[in-house]
Amino acid sequence: MDFSPIPNELPAMWEGMQLTLKMTVLGVLGGVLFGTLLALLRLSHNRLLAGIATGYVNIFRSIPLLLVIIWFYLAVPFVLRWITGADTPVGAFASCLTAFIMFEAAFFCEIVRAGIQSIPRGQVSAAQALGMSYGQSMRLVILPQAFRKMTPLLLQQSIILFQDTSLVYSVGLMDFLNTARSRGDNIGQPHEFLIFAGLVYFLISFAASRLVKHLQKRLAV
Amino acid sequence: MDYNWDWGVFFRETTFEPGEIYLDWFIYGLGWTIAIALVGWAIALLLGSLLGVLRTVPNRWLSGIATVYVEIFRNVPLLVQLFIWYFLIPDLLPEPLQQWYKLDLSPAASAYLSVVICLGLFTAARVCELVRTGIQALPKGQSSTALALGFRLPQIYRQVLLPQAFRIIIPPLTSEFLNIFKNSSVASLIGLMELLAQTRQTAEFTANLFEAFILTTLIYFSLNMSLMLLMRYVEKKVAVPGLIAMGGK
Repeated sequence: MDFSPIPNELPAMWEGMQLTLKMTVLGVLGGVLFGTLLALLRLSHNRLLAGIATGYVNIFRSIPLLLVIIWFYLAVPFVLRWITGADTPVGAFASCLTAFIMFEAAFFCEIVRAGIQSIPRGQVSAAQALGMSYGQSMRLVILPQAFRKMTPLLLQQSIILFQDTSLVYSVGLMDFLNTARSRGDNIGQPHEFLIFAGLVYFLISFAASRLVKHLQKRLAV
Repeated sequence: MDYNWDWGVFFRETTFEPGEIYLDWFIYGLGWTIAIALVGWAIALLLGSLLGVLRTVPNRWLSGIATVYVEIFRNVPLLVQLFIWYFLIPDLLPEPLQQWYKLDLSPAASAYLSVVICLGLFTAARVCELVRTGIQALPKGQSSTALALGFRLPQIYRQVLLPQAFRIIIPPLTSEFLNIFKNSSVASLIGLMELLAQTRQTAEFTANLFEAFILTTLIYFSLNMSLMLLMRYVEKKVAVPGLIAMGGK
């Protein structure tokens, strides 16, 4: 084992890490946004909308993330051609990000739904009694409290997504893991680079989950 | 609009072997997926239960080992773990074992071995946490009573704590069981021709990308649903009387 070539390759691996982080952050933001929308649909009184959202969540929760990533990678160009009628090149990054957002939304939806349902019903009635519309009571009363309650769970899910972004390896995107692997292969020391990559993932996820635990205690209502 | 939908594609002969249709690929693939998931699950359940018990025993060293195990296996991405088991560990084995792994085993067998060990140990960390929660959810009085009745520690676990803990954690255990089926798809990245790899191959050979992926989505979906229904039935059968989960009024 010889770890000495690693420092030289750090700049390249930092590039990869930036892609990993960008994918994680955008995936979480998009996933939470879309997931909240799905949760509101699932809780709405409109049976059709609630049914569609439930079906969506059930399907995405029962298939592997890797399937979604590969499917979107292969299918997005077709779909775009149907919509726009012309060849619209999208990179692997955009197709992977779409896959992450659509997949994670199903999980975030369930977290948000549980968060909303944990708010006492009396609050909704109180907001209504004060003359608030549905949108106002959600935006000003229910969601701020619900998000506070579910922040630890949302962050936990984000750490899982951070680890899962390594699956973009399957479509050849140069994220942190893939960069480390290809550098290691080029230099002829794949084992050292693989161990290094694993260590970095471990340290980041471990530190982040510690922080989340700490936060959980502070946020406890 | 240059995509030709053709659901008959699954019954067309493959270009590899006469008499073999594309649907056969999906069946082989599903076979591999199930073989990975079930053996991986057996490892996960055994090791996970052992670790879960260790995390709750009144011995710092033993519970410390289990904690370290869980932290390591939960904080390293599954794909990194798979690469470690497939590319790194075989090179560290003693010579005769290395020979056996690299030369005697077929490529599919060595990939299978790696992925089963990887998923088994990966899932064991999750099972461990569930078993621990299940044990800790039981009233403290139970182990004290057993102790007062003269049970020794192994007996308390075997006859009092574990039989109840396992029944409490069946719902989250079910979702881990379903997860291992989904996670088995990473095997496609080390060349094992399980369901996802077969799907990708079909898409490449036939250009009927959407049909292939829709079929696989449906297969995973129905696999998931049927296992969930099965586990819900099991859960009802073995529910601990007197708990809210029983649905009593």
